Amino acid sequence: MIEPMVKSEGVHKRFGQLEVLKGISLEVQRGEVMCMLGPSGSGKSTFLRCINHLEKINAGRLSVDGELVGYREQGGKLHELPEREIASKRAEIGMVFQHFNLFPHMTAVENVMLAPVRVAKVSRGDARDRAADLLERVGLGDKLDSYPVALSGGQQQRVAIARALAMQPKLMLFDEPTSALDPELVGDVLDAMRLLARDGMTMIVVTHEMGFAREVADKAVFMDDGVVVEAGRPDEVLVSPQHERTKAFLSKVL
Amino acid sequence: MSTSELSEQRKGRPDEIEAVPVRHPGRWVASFIVLVIAASIIRAVITNHRFQWHTVGHYLFDPRILHGVRITIELTVLSMIIGILLGVLLAVMRLSPNPLISGSSWLYIWFFRGTPLLVQLLFWNFISALFPRIDLGIPFGPSFIHANANTLIPGFVAALLGFGLNEGAYMAEIVRAGMLSVGEGQTEAAQSLGMGRLAIMRLIVLPQAMRVIIPPTGNETISMLKNTSLVLVIASVFDLLFEASQIYSAQFNEIPLLIVVSIWYLALTSVLYVGQYFIERRYGRGFSRQQRVTMRARWLGSRGNPPVADTG
Repeated sequence: MIEPMVKSEGVHKRFGQLEVLKGISLEVQRGEVMCMLGPSGSGKSTFLRCINHLEKINAGRLSVDGELVGYREQGGKLHELPEREIASKRAEIGMVFQHFNLFPHMTAVENVMLAPVRVAKVSRGDARDRAADLLERVGLGDKLDSYPVALSGGQQQRVAIARALAMQPKLMLFDEPTSALDPELVGDVLDAMRLLARDGMTMIVVTHEMGFAREVADKAVFMDDGVVVEAGRPDEVLVSPQHERTKAFLSKVL
Repeated sequence: MSTSELSEQRKGRPDEIEAVPVRHPGRWVASFIVLVIAASIIRAVITNHRFQWHTVGHYLFDPRILHGVRITIELTVLSMIIGILLGVLLAVMRLSPNPLISGSSWLYIWFFRGTPLLVQLLFWNFISALFPRIDLGIPFGPSFIHANANTLIPGFVAALLGFGLNEGAYMAEIVRAGMLSVGEGQTEAAQSLGMGRLAIMRLIVLPQAMRVIIPPTGNETISMLKNTSLVLVIASVFDLLFEASQIYSAQFNEIPLLIVVSIWYLALTSVLYVGQYFIERRYGRGFSRQQRVTMRARWLGSRGNPPVADTG
């Protein structure tokens, strides 16, 4: 049997007294695109952040590509991974944030080539060539030397996608990538993501874009109040949901 | 372009507004008062022969004064270098998750901000009374270098230690404020790319923190420049003020020599202003650019060259 790319079994996450994830179990196969939907505060983003260990889980098992996130299992015990190993695993997972989080003191191309040069130790020349290619692919071939402040939100988010792709990740996480954008800028970002999905990238996308989810996703997950309410093919979950809470949510966003 | 603009173009551009400006009588009165005061001050300075302007001119480039200027510059630059490096170290320590490390940084800052600079300088001056011999080696183990404190720490080094270690405490808080001003999203983005803590600090957080760090650091440098005159209490270091005081205590011409000193301090401070301007511009990259573009666009725009909007 082929190992799923992401496997989550009964994942719990607490912030102080507040339990944000109350037992999340799901699997994402290689090359699959999974869209996560649900009201704000339902725990979608937190779950995404757990996958690259930006948040530590409190209970359950979470693994990427067959390896536990943040821990090593030895003799029936979990051992915390040292910082260096956590970092090298994060390097294999790309993440795109709601607010882009581009480095404002670097140009677009410098943003994209930073990790290849500093983490993967690629030569500057090669990294720059590849960064230029990636920016070309997301439609920003003419913006290499622009600082983020001179770019629109949609352009910034596409630079952020190129930056994540520069490390040749095996998995891409998108945390509401279009929520901070003006409506007319959403399309370009979704196009870039569509292209990526078509190339066979494994993707987990937290989004409110129903159209994108229906068209691109292989699997849709509806979360509410820290649990997975419904999961399945997008036409099942998004078009003819079984659960009342899913129906209520969809009737509000559509 | 909106439809109303289009229709206006068809009709031809309306005339530029040429309105009669509002009068500001209050401003005229205030300006007049300021001018009168300034004129009387200038008159007093020129006509009062006790200023002894010719003596000022005579001593302005005196070799002893120039030597003092050199010492003052050296003290300022070296002390600030020590202070800034120490400040960065202490700030990083202060933000460490290890309570012992952050606690020791806190203790250092508490001590060096809590005692007067002058007292600290005197302590360093009398260090040999406290530790007559200084041994370098393994703590509680054998030592390799033994030295007399007075030869290892001459006056100049004592002054550097006094100024630098004190400055480190102030710089630590400035650097810490700068680092806290960089959003958490920046660290998270860098983490998700697989960067380690130190690389994130050096490549992502500190360069952005510089924008916030530089203006108060300019302040600190200017303070340092003038505070180096406290080195007067360490008898073996001859800075600008000390050299001048040596001259006037022999010649009884205090006022002109203090003017010489003031002129030099003002000149050095002015140089620092220029330096700060360029450093601020360097670290403003990626923050001020759009402002500059829109400024230019506004100028061009007013001359009938429409600014090009940059949208996605």
